[in-house]
Amino acid sequence: MSSALAAVPVVIKPKNAGGCTDAPVLRERGQREVFCGLTGIIWLHRKIQDAFFLVVGSRTCAHLIQSAAGVMIFAEPRFGTAIIDERDLAGMSDANDELDRVVAQLLARRPDIKLLFLVGSCPSEVIKLDLSRAAQRLAGVHAPKVRVLNYSGSGIETTFTQGEDACLASLVPTLPATAEKSLMVVGSLADVVEDQFRRLFTAIGIDDVQFLPPRRAHLLPKVGPNTQYLLAQPFIADTARALEARGATRLEAPFPLGVEGTTAWLAAAAREWNVPADKLETAISPARTRATQALARIKPQLDGKRIFFFPDSQLEIPLARFLHRELGMELLEVGTPFLHRQHLASELAWLPEGTQLSEGQHVENQLDRCRAAVPDLVVCGLGLANPLEAEGMTTKWAIELVFTPIQGFDQAADLAGLFARPLHRRSLLAA
Amino acid sequence: MQLTVWTYEGPPHVGTMRIATAMTDVHYVLHAPQGDTYADLLFTMIERRSKRPPVTYTTFQARDLGGDTAQLFQDAVRESFERFAPKAMLVGASCTAELIQDDPGGLAAALELPIPVVTLELPSYQKKENWGAAETFYQLVRAICGPLAPKPGTRREDREPNRPARCNLLGPTALGFRHRDDVREISDLLEKLGVIVNVVAPLNASVDDLRRIPDADFNVVLYPEIANPTASWLLRTFAQPMVKTVPIGTGATCEFIREVAALAGLDPTAALHDGTSRAPWYAKSVDSTYLTGKRVFVFGDGTHALAAARIAAKELGFQVVGLGTYSREMARDIREAAKGYGCDALICDDYLEVEAKIAELQPELVLGTQMERHIAKRLGLPCAVISAPVHVQDYPARYSPQMGFEGANVIFDTWVHPLMMGLEEHLLGMFRDDFEFHAEASPSHLGGPAMDRRGDVEAGTEVAVIEVPVAVETVWDGVPRWSPEGEKELGKIPFFVRGKARRNTETYAREHGVRVITVEALYDAKAHYSR
Ligand code: SF4
Ligand code: SF4
Repeated sequence: MSSALAAVPVVIKPKNAGGCTDAPVLRERGQREVFCGLTGIIWLHRKIQDAFFLVVGSRTCAHLIQSAAGVMIFAEPRFGTAIIDERDLAGMSDANDELDRVVAQLLARRPDIKLLFLVGSCPSEVIKLDLSRAAQRLAGVHAPKVRVLNYSGSGIETTFTQGEDACLASLVPTLPATAEKSLMVVGSLADVVEDQFRRLFTAIGIDDVQFLPPRRAHLLPKVGPNTQYLLAQPFIADTARALEARGATRLEAPFPLGVEGTTAWLAAAAREWNVPADKLETAISPARTRATQALARIKPQLDGKRIFFFPDSQLEIPLARFLHRELGMELLEVGTPFLHRQHLASELAWLPEGTQLSEGQHVENQLDRCRAAVPDLVVCGLGLANPLEAEGMTTKWAIELVFTPIQGFDQAADLAGLFARPLHRRSLLAA
Repeated sequence: MQLTVWTYEGPPHVGTMRIATAMTDVHYVLHAPQGDTYADLLFTMIERRSKRPPVTYTTFQARDLGGDTAQLFQDAVRESFERFAPKAMLVGASCTAELIQDDPGGLAAALELPIPVVTLELPSYQKKENWGAAETFYQLVRAICGPLAPKPGTRREDREPNRPARCNLLGPTALGFRHRDDVREISDLLEKLGVIVNVVAPLNASVDDLRRIPDADFNVVLYPEIANPTASWLLRTFAQPMVKTVPIGTGATCEFIREVAALAGLDPTAALHDGTSRAPWYAKSVDSTYLTGKRVFVFGDGTHALAAARIAAKELGFQVVGLGTYSREMARDIREAAKGYGCDALICDDYLEVEAKIAELQPELVLGTQMERHIAKRLGLPCAVISAPVHVQDYPARYSPQMGFEGANVIFDTWVHPLMMGLEEHLLGMFRDDFEFHAEASPSHLGGPAMDRRGDVEAGTEVAVIEVPVAVETVWDGVPRWSPEGEKELGKIPFFVRGKARRNTETYAREHGVRVITVEALYDAKAHYSR
């Protein structure tokens, strides 16, 4: 173990040494009240600014994206739906011709598009419309101006944030190869957070950090056997597997949420790059001190409050860890759509022993448990929030945690604030 | 396949949800993948309902396909019957489940539940939300009232002369555009008239309420898109006549009163002279002179678009320059009405096409849905919302109906507010060279900086183009350019007519081969159009 780690005031417990590493998980099957992977398009299209996301699906799919986005502020957003109709269901060759026509129409209208994702949906999968072949075919037609890739955001294959995973995984085979040692950060982050991390890594002495997804289609990161990657998001399983197939190695770390998480995340890279302890400390201490002080101001509002998580984004476990360890919240139940034990190893070790974890969902049973637990704060989706408020509970919309910059030191207090605000508001209205 | 950016209507099962959610004791089991649960938020977030919609989704996954999706569905039906104890159940498939053909109806029937279970066959790849709502309401009422039907040909008993007439209000749903307030307004109006409201459905109705529908003497169809099939069936089955006039606007409200009074054998006079009706006087008052001939573009569902066009033309003295709907079922009525106003009809659910049409027509007011509100915002045009699709703003905390006399008052305010007030318009014209009243000033009551106007952005580009005169002059592409002076002069014209002036001038220039629009050309065009 390098000396760098010893200097960092955070100790990652070794595996199988307490916490929730081996904790039993309540696995449930029933109605899952979560979005499908198509939803990821809402933030991905903002992130990769010259990509277009064309869902091949039904009116339901189009309506989902429109409703989940909640806003129609873009005249012509860089996403749309090719709505399958009865005629397409009649025969496959027909549907492929139709798709080609729609893509041609779209690209003629949007010459600014450099990268087109064909996004599969439940209907396209059930009728076995082969979008990978369609992508190849269309790439042939529209190259070199436009690259065409495909992934599935369908609700039968993907849950909410898994759509981003599928999208990034589809990019991996197209990444240029390299043998150089380099660091890649995987999982979309707000630009402002990305810039902060870039500055921190530079200060630590790691230059040319690459990010996946890139901000522009042509700024793809390079990958190879000497690529080390850090996950910025916990839902990146398939992408991680694809990167490893290209030789990259994951750096074990918790996620960069809160002071502890961010410190350990940066330290994992520092350790790999043999950065001296004092150099790391010097680089991060100003931001870390700022964050620690800011969190201290919010802590009294959250300390001792009891929180219940419905499954949503897979961010639940890292968030619970942050809220418990840095803000003193008590964890009643931490629900997650999927529990990826390997990627969450450090996080699980940090959870207090005996935390009730649940995976999957039976929403009615979970609501019963939630009511019985009488939490101070419930983290849930948009469909549940107002009804629970009407029952007297205080809620935080989970989706905001995906749309808001929350990672890194300078966002730690903002993140805590997202949980403190509903409680504060309730106290104001009650007064 | 159709390329779609934003949609006016959701899939048909969302229409079913609007019926189920409107009612008090109906549960809907929908065979659907997990993502389809997004529809809950329409009701809990947009409409701010305090309860979850009474809907259970099976949320089958890929690994269930070909295996036990049917079992999953049956379990969901049984479990939700036990948990929610509904008085009737709706079962059906969303777009994906339609493809796997599990036969929800058969599976539910096999459970032999002791309540009516209505199977909905909604062709998701063909139909849309309003159709789904109409079909659901019809199937449900038929299932509940069908067994009560008299033998075909039975003559309806005459109402005893002393018993007040009873009617049903049909069509209001959850997630409807002002349905909550329309029901109250029309119920009050009927009460004043002396008619008893027997059942309102589906909004806030129970299954037992539906059973009482046949007790009424006639039906009032508030929203034809939703209640027409049901009312037609009730007419055929129970010989209940239906009131067809939709009381949106003062004129239509008066017609509605007369139609109801005739059916109920009542004198309409008192109800027609309602003290709360202010809209007609406001339209007559002198400040409204400036409304004369304002060019309006109307788009919405069939019923609201037709009503809005009528109010605009007949009650406010606007000029309807475009009329359209996304309800294909009402295409014929819209076409006919458009002909009457001397404008084109636009039957379409392609948002981009609607936007192009509005940009082309440059109306002075857009009356549309939330979609058109966004289009209008981008084009810098005033806009008022008249129809679904809805947005959280369409559920105001205050009482704000569209129907009846109060509805007409609300409409007057809502449409006139975005426009410049009469006196203010004159002052702005008078002082337009004053530095504080520069041409970009927006109406004082709207606040904020001048709106972002696409036209102005383009103006900047065009000026830049003429700085390279040679390139422009050699081959003329038929598109007239603005000279800097012409552009400047155009800027002196108040913004609410500037779009029209720009459009007219460019048309004139194109038609007369004027390559560069000078100040002279601008005034030539003005003279040409004022002939
Ligand atoms: S203002 Fe925003 S949220 Fe509202 S309809 Fe428009 S897009 Fe929707
Ligand atoms: S769950 Fe499937 S059908 Fe529903 S919106 Fe998502 S991809 Fe479309």
